[in-house]
Amino acid sequence: MKRIVYTLIILLAVAHQDFWWWNDAETMVCGFMPVGLAYHAGVSVAAGLLWALAVRYCWPQGVDLVDATPTDPSGAAGSAHTQLGANE
Amino acid sequence: MSAGLIAVVIVVAYLSLLIGLGLLSNRFFRGTSADYYVASRGIGSFLLVMSLFGTTMTAFALVGSSGEAFKSGIGVYGKMASWAGIIHSACFFLVGIRLWSFGKRFGYMTQIQFFRDRFESDKLGLLMFPIVVALLVPYLLIGVLGAGTVLQKVTAGAFPDLFVATNGGLPFWLGSGVICLVVLIYVFFGGVRGTAWANAFQTIVFIILGGVTVAVISNRLGGPVNATSLVKEYNPTKLKRGVDAEDIQHYEQKLAEYEADPAKAIIKPKPPHEITQLHFFSYLFIPLSAGMFPHLFQHWLTAKSAKTFRLAVVIHPILIMVVWVPCVLIGVWATSAIVEGSAVIPPDFANPNAVLAIMVKKLSDPLLGGLLTAGILAAIMSSLDSQVLCISSIFANDIVGHYIAHDRQTDRQKVFFGRLFVVLVMTATYLLGIKLQGTRGIFTLGVWCFSGFASLFPLLIAAVYWKRVTKAGAYASVLVTAATWLWLFAESGYGANGGFLFMGMMPVATITMASTVAMIVVSLLTPAPSAATIAKFFTPTTPTKA
Repeated sequence: MKRIVYTLIILLAVAHQDFWWWNDAETMVCGFMPVGLAYHAGVSVAAGLLWALAVRYCWPQGVDLVDATPTDPSGAAGSAHTQLGANE
Repeated sequence: MSAGLIAVVIVVAYLSLLIGLGLLSNRFFRGTSADYYVASRGIGSFLLVMSLFGTTMTAFALVGSSGEAFKSGIGVYGKMASWAGIIHSACFFLVGIRLWSFGKRFGYMTQIQFFRDRFESDKLGLLMFPIVVALLVPYLLIGVLGAGTVLQKVTAGAFPDLFVATNGGLPFWLGSGVICLVVLIYVFFGGVRGTAWANAFQTIVFIILGGVTVAVISNRLGGPVNATSLVKEYNPTKLKRGVDAEDIQHYEQKLAEYEADPAKAIIKPKPPHEITQLHFFSYLFIPLSAGMFPHLFQHWLTAKSAKTFRLAVVIHPILIMVVWVPCVLIGVWATSAIVEGSAVIPPDFANPNAVLAIMVKKLSDPLLGGLLTAGILAAIMSSLDSQVLCISSIFANDIVGHYIAHDRQTDRQKVFFGRLFVVLVMTATYLLGIKLQGTRGIFTLGVWCFSGFASLFPLLIAAVYWKRVTKAGAYASVLVTAATWLWLFAESGYGANGGFLFMGMMPVATITMASTVAMIVVSLLTPAPSAATIAKFFTPTTPTKA
């Protein structure tokens, strides 16, 4: 399922290049919205739906476990790089 | 009461609400640096959605989108908005969640802390710091310049005796000063929680106002169908992206009719503006900048849990659509709008960014005009606040905290320096804004800053997903980005050529590709990172018992 979702997202990015509406100033959606604009509004909605599928089926492994891990209490980020800095 | 005075009353009420929110958020402040910079990593789904959306949608979303649609037609939506919908969510999902988890595990508060750690290099922070700040400062300036200019225009006539030189409107120094002061107050007291609350409020304001504005304007134009029909008659190329021989012929015919009898023809047609397929495609690279924005990084770190991101990932593209579609429609309608037998926008009108304001002023009442001003200020401030806080936290945590105090500051000192830098950064931005008032180049520079951040995005992706990326590869990526950016920026006449393309594409495409190639080649030629670093960032997390 993960591959299907990512493939669909890539296909959406490909479909973003809608050369077929490029020269269409005649077709109107609901009588007032140019089809080139309506199509891309649809791309935005499709993006929302596909990312919803990604959230459902492609959720990154391990990140939820971090929820149970206490934050570094010192807040002093990167003790390793401080040490490394002295060696640079 | 004059329209200018109505605008002043609405804006004052709106800004008072924002200050109130800032002071209220201060009541929840726990006094720790983690609370000031990352809200104790406790922001929930709704606030995260709103703060991410409010931060990414600058004034360009309202003012610039309608202006660009007026100039080049509906193509602006596909170039900017629908690409942003796909790419921004990808950044949140693929990068934001991972970075949040690193931030939570290792206590990061700034992007530079992560890069220093991930690439085992203290000096990388010193290289990135000036680049990140230099790319971010023009954004701050755009906000200050935009706010001062908008307030001066919409309050015209409010104080005719007091401000004669500005036709009774609030002078630039006063308008921008008030906005800076309000942002300063709620960021100073509320920290990142204050900005998240304010962003949520402001995002709701400009979403609602977008819908109301398009409804009122289309009604005055005889309904949306009639408004679009006028465009079809006078400027059909604004309803599509391509231009063919028939379009040229139609344009020349309409122009001849206008020149023969302007009163009868009413609308002077606008020259067709073609968007090529390659140009359109190359806009794909622009929204990658969102992944690299240090102020978005800071908002990611505020999330309560990984799950908090879910709503933002899904709803962000739809919110973009809700804000952008009305603005693009208004911009396109403006090209051919006729009310009571005359054109709404004068022929040869040369300031597209003023199109929205003129449409609102001429086609709605002063109350909506005042509310829209509040909406535009909301869009400006919801980005300005996060950027100010971000630069301040980089100064406080990376420069003072790490390089000067060597990570030996107390928590109280960290908060103190954060607030000190909020005051200093805001004051410096305000003074720079006053100095650069009227400089149009700064707006063009904004697009170049987007390009700079976008070109650094491959480095971020590699840092999160590619074990083999090395310190030398990171340096190569940053230096090649800087060199290519400077070269193409010079080629564009230092931003003077607003429509500059390189090989038919946006310059960002070339800079991003050069940055990526440099990073990959140099990484493969240099020793891999230490096993400890790879284990730190790539070993699956195991829960610990709290």
